[in-house]
Formats: sequence, C-alpha cells, structure tokens
Amino acid sequence: MTEELKAVATLDLKGLVCPIPIVKISQAIKQVQIGEVIEATATDPGVLADIPAWCKTSGNELVKMERVDKTFHFIVRRLK
Amino acid sequence: MENNNGTTIILMNSGMDYAIAAFNIAIGAAAMGKETNIFFTFWGTKAIQKGTYTGSSFFGRMMGFMNRGGINRIGPSHFNFWGLGRWMFKQMMKNHRITPMEQLLKTAIDMGVKLYPCQMSMTVMEIKREDLIDGVQEPCGVAAMLEMSDHSKQTLFI
Repeated sequence: MTEELKAVATLDLKGLVCPIPIVKISQAIKQVQIGEVIEATATDPGVLADIPAWCKTSGNELVKMERVDKTFHFIVRRLK
Repeated sequence: MENNNGTTIILMNSGMDYAIAAFNIAIGAAAMGKETNIFFTFWGTKAIQKGTYTGSSFFGRMMGFMNRGGINRIGPSHFNFWGLGRWMFKQMMKNHRITPMEQLLKTAIDMGVKLYPCQMSMTVMEIKREDLIDGVQEPCGVAAMLEMSDHSKQTLFI
C-alpha cells in the first residue's frame, strides 16, 4: 500500500449482512476527511454489488475491491 | 428535502417479510445519503405499534385483541401457522445472522429515516398516537405522503 493509500480507518464487517455493511461504511466515511481512505473486510457476498453501487450513489470512490478466500476486502476514498 | 433525491416507501402490508423489505430498503437509501420516509398505512401500522391492546368500539377492541401489532409480533405473510412460522423464521434469521426486526427498526430511526403513520388507518382501526412507538413522526394523510413522493426519485409501494 502506497503512502497515499494509507487507510485512516479499518472496518470489520465480517458476519454482517445486507444492509448493515453499507450502513457501517456510510457512518465511517463521515468520520474521515475528504480525500482520506478507509478499508473494510466483509464476508457477505452481497457487498460485491452493493459497495460499488453505494460508492456511485453517494459520490465516493471505490479504490480497490478484491476477494481473498471467503472475505471481500475493499478500500473507499471519501470524495465529498 | 430540496434536492428531490429522496426515497419514499409506502408500507401497506403487516407481514414480517414486507416489513423487512421496507426497513432494509429504507436503511440502504439512508446510507446512500437519501432523505428517506416510510408511510405506514393500513396493516403497515402494525409494524410501528407498541403492542398494546387498541380500540374503543366493540369491533375496534376485537380487532386490537386479535392483532395488537408490534415489530416483534408481526408474522410472515406465508407459513405463519398461528405464530409457529414467525418463530421458525426468527430462528433461521438468527442462524444466518440476519439483523433482527427490532434492530432494523432502531437502525432506521437512528439513520434518520422518518416514519409517518397514516392518520386515516389509525382512525379506522382505532389506534391512538400513544399506541405507536416513540420515534415516529406525527400522523399524516395522503397529501403529505404525495408531497414526500414528489421530492423522491423512488416511491415504492410494499
């Protein structure tokens, strides 16, 4: 992870199902400054579609999303 | 609600499954930054009742006795079997770690989802303001609901 991508907050969303992952991420994003990134790990496969949709609708940037075994790891940057 | 980007949900049915859908969508919409309203009409009001016995007339009291509502008392629209199905669904939800009903309701209120009871339904079913849970808005009618809908991109009828 480069210096620019240093996450200021890490969320553990493992075991949580729709709609709680996006609730947590929408709350967490308000706690960081514009331009800062947060990272999160979830287990609900629903996040694969939901997190990109949430980012698009709420106007934030999905920096990275990857699947590691049975978990989904993603990084979101606050844009506004 | 000046950006006309809200979400309005009209919850007509009392089923636990309908309520889960309404609250899930509302919570999701609120998380996406939309101003979100749920208008509880007819059987939908059961989801925001405290669970006290309602009614003043004979028929009203009979109705209140047979179904006094409450977020944990409403059963699924199919396979309820006088409450057995509700218990079974709750077990399954627990096993799959789905958010329980009362938590959905609480999360919706915490996220700023506005819950509007329908005044006409309350009048017909003899449900008083104090029979409804704390955290709901003042009861309103169809014009208020349509105004919310005017300011919303989505209006869903459940």
